Amino acid sequence: MNAMTTPGQSHSAYFLDDAPKTTERHTLSVLVDNEPGVLARVIGLFSGRGYNIDSLTVSETEHEKHLSRITIVTTGTPMVITQIKNQLDRMVPVHRVIDLTVSGPALERELALIKVRGTGEMRVEALRLAEAFNARVMDATTESFIFEITGKGDKIDQFVTIMVPLGLVEVSRTGVAAIRRGPERT
Amino acid sequence: MTREMTGAEMVVQALIDQGVEHIFGYPGGAVLPIYDELFQQDKVQHILVRHEQGAGHAAEGYARSTGKVGVALVTSGPGATNMVTPLTDALMDSIPMVCITGQVPTHLIGNDAFQECDTVGITRPCTKHNWLVKRIEDLPRILHEAFRIAETGRPGPVVVDIPKDIQFKSGLYENLKGARQTQYQPRVEGDERAMREAVRLMAGAKKPILYTGGGVINSGPEATRLLRELVELTGFPITSTLMGLGAYPATGKNWLGMLGMHGTYEANLAMHDCDVMVCIGARFDDRITGRTDAFSPNSKKIHIDIDPSSINKNIRVDVPIIGDVARVLAAMVAMWKEAKPVRDAAAHAAWWGEIDRWRAKKCLAYRKNRDVIMPQYAIERLYQLTRKHDTYITTEVGQHQMWAAQYFGFDEPNRWLTSGGLGTMGYGLPAALGVQIAHPDSLVIDIAGDASVQMTIQELSSAVQYEAPIKIFILNNQYMGMVRQWQQLLHGNRLSHSYTEAMPDFVKLAEAYGGVGIRADRPDELDDKIEEMIAVRKPVLFDCRVASLANCFPMIPSGKAHNEMLLGEEVSDDDIGQAIGAEGKMLV
Repeated sequence: MNAMTTPGQSHSAYFLDDAPKTTERHTLSVLVDNEPGVLARVIGLFSGRGYNIDSLTVSETEHEKHLSRITIVTTGTPMVITQIKNQLDRMVPVHRVIDLTVSGPALERELALIKVRGTGEMRVEALRLAEAFNARVMDATTESFIFEITGKGDKIDQFVTIMVPLGLVEVSRTGVAAIRRGPERT
Repeated sequence: MTREMTGAEMVVQALIDQGVEHIFGYPGGAVLPIYDELFQQDKVQHILVRHEQGAGHAAEGYARSTGKVGVALVTSGPGATNMVTPLTDALMDSIPMVCITGQVPTHLIGNDAFQECDTVGITRPCTKHNWLVKRIEDLPRILHEAFRIAETGRPGPVVVDIPKDIQFKSGLYENLKGARQTQYQPRVEGDERAMREAVRLMAGAKKPILYTGGGVINSGPEATRLLRELVELTGFPITSTLMGLGAYPATGKNWLGMLGMHGTYEANLAMHDCDVMVCIGARFDDRITGRTDAFSPNSKKIHIDIDPSSINKNIRVDVPIIGDVARVLAAMVAMWKEAKPVRDAAAHAAWWGEIDRWRAKKCLAYRKNRDVIMPQYAIERLYQLTRKHDTYITTEVGQHQMWAAQYFGFDEPNRWLTSGGLGTMGYGLPAALGVQIAHPDSLVIDIAGDASVQMTIQELSSAVQYEAPIKIFILNNQYMGMVRQWQQLLHGNRLSHSYTEAMPDFVKLAEAYGGVGIRADRPDELDDKIEEMIAVRKPVLFDCRVASLANCFPMIPSGKAHNEMLLGEEVSDDDIGQAIGAEGKMLV
């Protein structure tokens, strides 16, 4: 082996100045034609170009116009975030790309279903904490609960962490839905 | 005006309505109905290739030499997968192409049927857009939208995948040419304030440079005319990427030659030292920039591009202008004329003085040889002997491609066709076929390497069939020359599998295909042999035996900046072995 590989140091293909740069987290709202393959196009763009997806949700939101809204939470350097927006915007089925992180105050919510198993003191404690977090009991047996919780991602993260020692079995999360605050369209 | 017809008829009718005269293709089970319709008409001429990849590159050559959309027609499964390389090639080089693929009938999709593949899935990342047509009602709209999307904005390839049952089904057809069917409509006019700022920067520049690319050629003849006017008005020096050669004439006095990895010394040094850089229709590709943190450190950068995603992708620019090159240049030329800026004549003269000192290095000089044909010499002679002809040049990929770019001068756009982005060996021969079909009376030459040409040599048979007298000028050095050069640079000259021991006899091969074979071994016979090649009205394989170990210089080694070039005359074998540092070896 010669000196070309330095352990623990990764090299991107073309940039030698790959010193760590500050990354930012952005929430993008993407309005697309609801046609076959549109989600595959968006996901393929992210995987093909090495962008991150922290969260992704999609559903048809305007039935008569066949429009879907894709909400993507991503992290990257400011240059990469701009690239992501431009790359999305030039896709044929994409109508609009809105960066909710910079376009003004926005509301972000996520829903999670959380299954916890336990008896006795643990079970009581789980229920008590659920109330404190405004989580609702959607299903119960003598030895388990399923809680429904909505809120910002970090609130859900926190609730899930607390449930671990109380018998957390599994979690299902929807991913982030987001919309602009105030009377204007997103 | 609507008319009832089958899906297969709609395909042919849409081609006619789009003004398509030639398509390149290969039949198969899932496109038989379309081939049956082609058989029963004479408005669209079908060129039968020998491999689907050939159809794709021929369509690219046709498109690039005419400015029109190239069209390819192939069957499902292997027909479609063989198109992946040309589609990716066209995407990387922004070539407008419509590819129609057959598909198994809709009820068999997803069944692993014979010759089934997920064509839209496979081609999604290598097209600008693609469609699987599941309803006959959608077919006319999709066919016409396919053409609009291929040629609107930044051009690119599209795929329309048509299941066989849809080809048989009847529906109403309407000519929807030009009618917008989706919201896709990229911006073409530049932002007024950005353009004014650009003109202001240019007017105050002391060391300006214009750096142009394939976008100028894609924008059309008006963009080329305006670029030349801009050079005339400003007196700025101009360089171009591989893809942009011919937009400004190589014989023009402000021409610095190509820039980048194998660009000229003067072009790269001027890029490095300039104070205002105007990038027009180029994308700061890694072959151009070298190491990005040392790229033109002291310049203000203006970037004109129709694709917003090209802006600030590799290099941060100061004044981005999003729009079509022709529209933006028209506005900027008008602004310049209106402002009548007084340029700093002394600074400009000093800048040109500096450029002349770099030019004096004569970076393209090479050691002449009386006994062996030097590859650079072969291209120089080919250039000189074809100047009085109406010539188009295609290339394969490798050393011969760079030598062609360096030693063949292009004075007009659309005359130079090469695989720049993807770097596809095997591009040049089928591309030449496409050019020759579009320009039957022109001289079309594929400057090839002995390795590249064998990747699509079968299309010689297509050329013979259609009496397309393409000339394949092979710089035969028995090596994959660029691979060998990199092995010398990076891997201690251990020439792992880059030598072709069993080379075909190209002269006999030409004859076997029904073409003409010519061989040249010595410099003193080269001119006569080239004249002989030009005179033949048949496809020619020209086996030009050149020096086997010549390297392609000048060169910016990987991981180095523009002002750290290797020049051919002064490098020893030792220098070559040590030119690239540890980090540079990681790069391609």
